[in-house]
This record gives sequence, C-alpha cells and structure tokens, in this order.
Amino acid sequence: MANATTAHDDHEHNPTGWRRYVYSTNHKDIGTMYLWFAIFSGLVGGFMSIMMRWELMEPGIQIFHGLAHMVYGIGDTSADAIDAGKNMFNVFVTAHGLLMIFFMVMPAMIGGFGNWFVPLMIGAPDMAFPRMNNISFWLLPPALILLVLSMFVEGSSGTFGVGGGWTLYPPYSTTGQPGPAVDFAILSMHLAGASSILGAINFITTIFNMRAPGMTLHKMPLFVWSVLVTVFLLLLSLPVFAGAITMLLTDRNFGTSFFRPEGGGDPILYQHLFWFFAHPEVYILILPGFGIVSQIISTFSKKPVFGYLGMAYAMVAIGLVGFIVWAHHMYTVGMAVDTQAYFVAATMVIAVPTGVKIFSWIATMWGGSIEFRTPMLWAIGFIFLFTVGGVTGVVLANAGVDRSLHDTYYVVAHFHYVLSLGAVFSIFGGWYYWFPKMFGYMYNPTLARAHFWIQFIGVNLLFFPQHFLGLAGMPRRYIDYPDVFAGWNYVSSIGSYISAFSILIFLWCIIEAFMKKRVAGDNPWGESATTLEWTLSSPPPFHQFSTLPVIR
Amino acid sequence: MSAGQPREKSNLKVAIVAGGVAMGMVGVAYAAVPLYQIFCQITGFGGTTQRADASPQQALDQKITVAFDANVNASLSWEFVPSQHSQTIRIGEQALAFYKAVNTSRRPVTGTATFNVTPVGAGVYFSKIECFCFTEQTLQPGQSIDMPVSYFVDPDIVKDPDMKSVKTITLSYTFYAVDEEPVKTSSTTSSQHDNTVN
Repeated sequence: MANATTAHDDHEHNPTGWRRYVYSTNHKDIGTMYLWFAIFSGLVGGFMSIMMRWELMEPGIQIFHGLAHMVYGIGDTSADAIDAGKNMFNVFVTAHGLLMIFFMVMPAMIGGFGNWFVPLMIGAPDMAFPRMNNISFWLLPPALILLVLSMFVEGSSGTFGVGGGWTLYPPYSTTGQPGPAVDFAILSMHLAGASSILGAINFITTIFNMRAPGMTLHKMPLFVWSVLVTVFLLLLSLPVFAGAITMLLTDRNFGTSFFRPEGGGDPILYQHLFWFFAHPEVYILILPGFGIVSQIISTFSKKPVFGYLGMAYAMVAIGLVGFIVWAHHMYTVGMAVDTQAYFVAATMVIAVPTGVKIFSWIATMWGGSIEFRTPMLWAIGFIFLFTVGGVTGVVLANAGVDRSLHDTYYVVAHFHYVLSLGAVFSIFGGWYYWFPKMFGYMYNPTLARAHFWIQFIGVNLLFFPQHFLGLAGMPRRYIDYPDVFAGWNYVSSIGSYISAFSILIFLWCIIEAFMKKRVAGDNPWGESATTLEWTLSSPPPFHQFSTLPVIR
Repeated sequence: MSAGQPREKSNLKVAIVAGGVAMGMVGVAYAAVPLYQIFCQITGFGGTTQRADASPQQALDQKITVAFDANVNASLSWEFVPSQHSQTIRIGEQALAFYKAVNTSRRPVTGTATFNVTPVGAGVYFSKIECFCFTEQTLQPGQSIDMPVSYFVDPDIVKDPDMKSVKTITLSYTFYAVDEEPVKTSSTTSSQHDNTVN
C-alpha cells in the first residue's frame, strides 16, 4: 500500500517546467527558490554597499552626484547634483539595510535552509501546509519589487526614494517625505512580514505535529530547535512591526496622529514599537545560524554537541530575554536613569546564554577529531567573528558609553560583525555543508576555501577599522566626512572590494560545481553526520519518508 | 494512511492558535498607543508635566530656576516667544509666567501647543494649574495676546536623588496649526482673501 502510494505520487504529481516552481508545494523546491532569491537580493544589496564604500573611500563627494544624474536625470546645476547625490546615498543606506535583512538573511536561513532541512531532520514528508508555503515564498518577489520601485518615485520633495534608514523613524518618514516612496516601502514590508508570519505558523505546526515516531523535542537536531525559537520570535514580534508601520501609513495618508505631536501623538512611541520588533528581529537573523553552526561543528569534530540541552535552552533564553531589552537602542531619547539601568542590566544578561553557546561549541571541538573541511572553516570563522561582535555589543549595552557611541561607526562595526560576518558566515557554512545534499554535486573544495579565506580577510579589513572610526566620533549615514577619518575609511573600502571579489569566487564555485557534476554521494561527510537528511539520497527524492523513519 | 485525518485536524488547530497569537500581537501594538499615553501622564515619562487644581500649602526656602522655551511649527505663521527668559522661584510656590503670541498671517488661525520639560525626570514634579496649552487658541489676523501659565514645582523634588543636581527646569512649548488643510491650500485661500479685501 505504501509503495503503491509512493509510486503514484512520484509519477503523477511531479509538475515540470515553470509549473514545478510557480505552483510548487514541495518544501525542497520552495527552499531552493528561497535560496536563489536570497542570493539575488544579496547581490543587489551587496552592490549597493560597494557603491557606498566606493563613495566613502575618500573625503568629499565623488560618485553619487553622477550616479543620481545618471539614474534620475536630476541635477543640472552642480549644487542640485550634489544634493541629489546626498539623498541617493541615504536611499542606498536604507535599501541596503532592508534588502539584507528582509530579502537576504531571512529568506536564506528560515525560508531556504529551514524549508529544506526542518522536514528532513524531523523525518516529515513535507511542511504541514504546503500550499501556504508556496504563498509565503511568492509574497517575497512582489515585496522586493515594491522596495525597488520605492527608489524610483518621489520621497522628500524633489528627490527619489526612502532616505531615512531602515528604521523608518517618524517624523522624517511621515511629514518629512510626503512623496509615495515611503508608502511603497511600507507596503513592501507588509508583504514581507505577511510572508514571514505565514512561514512561522507553518514551521510551528510542522515541528509540533509532524515529527517522526520517537523524535521527541529533546531529540530534535539543534538546527530544528533554532528554527523553532526563531519562528516563535517572528510570530510575536512581526505583528507589532506590522501594526507600527500601519500607523505610519495612516498618519501619512489618512490624518491619524499616532506619531504626530500636534495631534497628541508621540514619535518616540514609534521607536518603542519598532525596537520591540527589531530587537527580536536581530535574534531572528542570528539564531538559525547558531543551529547551522552547531550541526557543522558536531559533524566535523566527530562528536555529539557538548551540552545539547543547554544549547537548546540557551536559544530559548536568548529568545525570551530578547523581548525585554529593546530600549537599549534608544538610550538617547531621554529615559529616566533607573529605566536605563534596567535596560543595561537586562541586555548584559543576554551575554550569559550566548556565552553558554560559544563555550559549548568550543567544548564540542575540544578533544574531537577535527577535520578542517570547508563548512568547518566557515563555522569556526563564525565563532570568532560573532564573539568579536558580541564583545562590542556588551560595550554598547552600557548607557553611559552609548551616549558617545550612539549612531557612530562603532555601532555599524558591531552589527556588521554579528550579522554581515556572523549570520552571513553561518549561511555560507550551511551552503557548503548542505550543497552536496541539496544539489547532489560536490563543489571544488579549493575554490570554496579560497572563497572563505578571501572573504575572511576582506570583511575584517572592511569592518574592523570602523571600530576606530566610531571611537573617533565618525557618525554613520553620511556621504562625506572630515579629512581626519580618511585613512581608515580607505582601508575599509579596500576591504569591501576584497570581499566583493570573494563573492565572485562564490558564484564561480556554484557554476563550476554544476558544470563538473562531481557526484557527491548520499553522505560526503562520513558517519559523524548523524541527522536524518544524510540517510537519504543526494539530492533527496521528490517525496521522502513515505514510510516514516523511527528514531530510537 | 488512516492517521491522515486527525493529524490534519490538529495541524489546523495549531495553525489557528498561532494565527490568533499573531493577530493578538497586532492588537497589542495598537493597545500600546493609549497605554503609552496613560503611562507618560502618570509617571511623567518623557518630561510629561502634571496637572493640578491648587498649589501645595507650604513652600520650601530652597529655590529653583525655571527657564522658558518656545517653538513654532513651520505650518503655523505665528510669532511665539516667552515674555521672560527665566524665573527663580521657591520650590512649592505658585508662579505665573507669560508667553506672547502674534498671528502674522492675514487670516484667523487656530493653534494648539504641545509641551514638556527637561530634564525629563522633572516632569513628574512640574505641575500646571492654569495653562493656555490646555485649550486651542484662535488668533485674528495681526492679533497678539499674552498667554499665562500658572505652575509650581512639587516639594517632593528635593527627596528624589536623581533630581539632586537639577538647578534649572526648562519648560518648552511648540505650537502647531490645528487646521487639517495642508500649507499649499491655505496660502491660496489667503491670496483669495487678499483679492476680496482689495
């Protein structure tokens, strides 16, 4: 009976051609689409960051006035061109942030690896709601299109695009930019948010209801744990963001005054609502990375993860505490001393479960038979870079210190160390770890290692000097700076070119793997890769686990 | 295979609960608006001042300086300035200060003011008995008025360790236009008005 059903599924419900993807209800196909989507957005967002670093390589305004003239055709006189260029730089800052967060890291980690490997790891045939999964993915391209469109319609009068940073603080996002650009960006966030909330509901149901017999919560691989915590954070925080930006939208267009002081509102309230979402959001960006790194470290140390339960509940603790620390992003808005003291203390508490994770990874490696294959390089790189970012995070948690570092490049360096280096390194780790499983081919390890080392050098050269710039007082989100900051900005820009070059290697590595077609085999990593996906063929069959595996 | 039916049912149950949680959090976001307002009024958070009916019975000998600040939003064509730079008063003593507003436009304009004090921690100790900011103000073209603020500083301020170093409290107002019409339309109406006058 079971075999007959399998045969039936395999032969009649495999849509081909474009229908396979557009109509897809298959978690692996949807996961693959998420990954390509993330790579595409990452390239666009990365291109923007290279343009910004090119501009910031030297003091003065070199390229953006020309860019604005090219793209928008405005700026006939030189003063107009400079103004249009300044605005365009701010638009790039905003779009780079939104793209990398909502259209690169989240789709890659949750939509991509989550869709691919959560069902495989818990022994489920697919996600709980396959058609909802399809909607979740297909909401993203329109969201991306809206965001791109926002760059080509009027923002503040006479300029194009949203230039207020990814936080969209009022009053600049309400009365400051009357053109429709902000509306486009808000609607884009609505769609991306709806996509994530639907995805979160799907993951929660899948993980709670569709585990194979014997797969108890306390036997689930840590990657599944990390996705479970992540989707709960999404479910609780994203609706608050949706509410806050809806208030922005009605303040802008329908005469409400949630954030308008003249009508009895308070712009600071937006910051509270925004950071109540956005602080959990930064954990949403990093937690699946924790899960990926745990799998990789365990596989290549040939040991089970040290302190499995501690690792799982450390993530739960990070998720919980993440909801009560939001105001550490707003020390300068004028809070009472006691309130600030609370947020300082609560923020520092997060260093405890995070430390549990870091030390458990090190303890997993300790005494293990370590094999430095490509994914392991990325995982160890992740641990190092994330720790650097974590330490600067503890520095910034102090309200007193933050007075001087708020909105400087020190903050930029901090969150790029945990995200651009931490989260992205874990994504690349997952990519090289699961690439043979997902596509059936082995990449060229030499190319993959070259990608790692060049990117490692590039991003450190790029972001480490920004600590110095920030400590020296260079503010973020400006197109220009005094000559005194020129030296480290030059170094930082060189670093960004090096990391851009490493991305070309990454792309070539993919193309090369698909050209050479080296068959990877079911399990290229050996018997220490113990999770269920390695028991299947590479790539896995279109429908797996028709007979549920039993976990002892 | 027969297990399919109950599982789908329980999937739906989990999904409905999770969806309900998401909707609930949207509700929480909106509920935060009035809650935040109440929170600010009660705790003086963000320099929200207090409202009182009468000043306290006795004033302390200790003195404190109150400085006055005035701002006008770009949408309102008023001049708005404090009549005195600052006042040094005894803590607990009721004092009276004036602001002066002039309508510089050629039509009647209604404005309303928002206000707070800095340092923000002093908001809970700064009480106003009578203030022009409690109501909307309409000024005829060219009309100027003196607007009174009757206030006192609560004697409890000396017991607050956070307020120990505070020697000056700055009271700040910002006037906004009440008219919902955008600035562009109002300028056209005023030019029409000119025509009829001429």
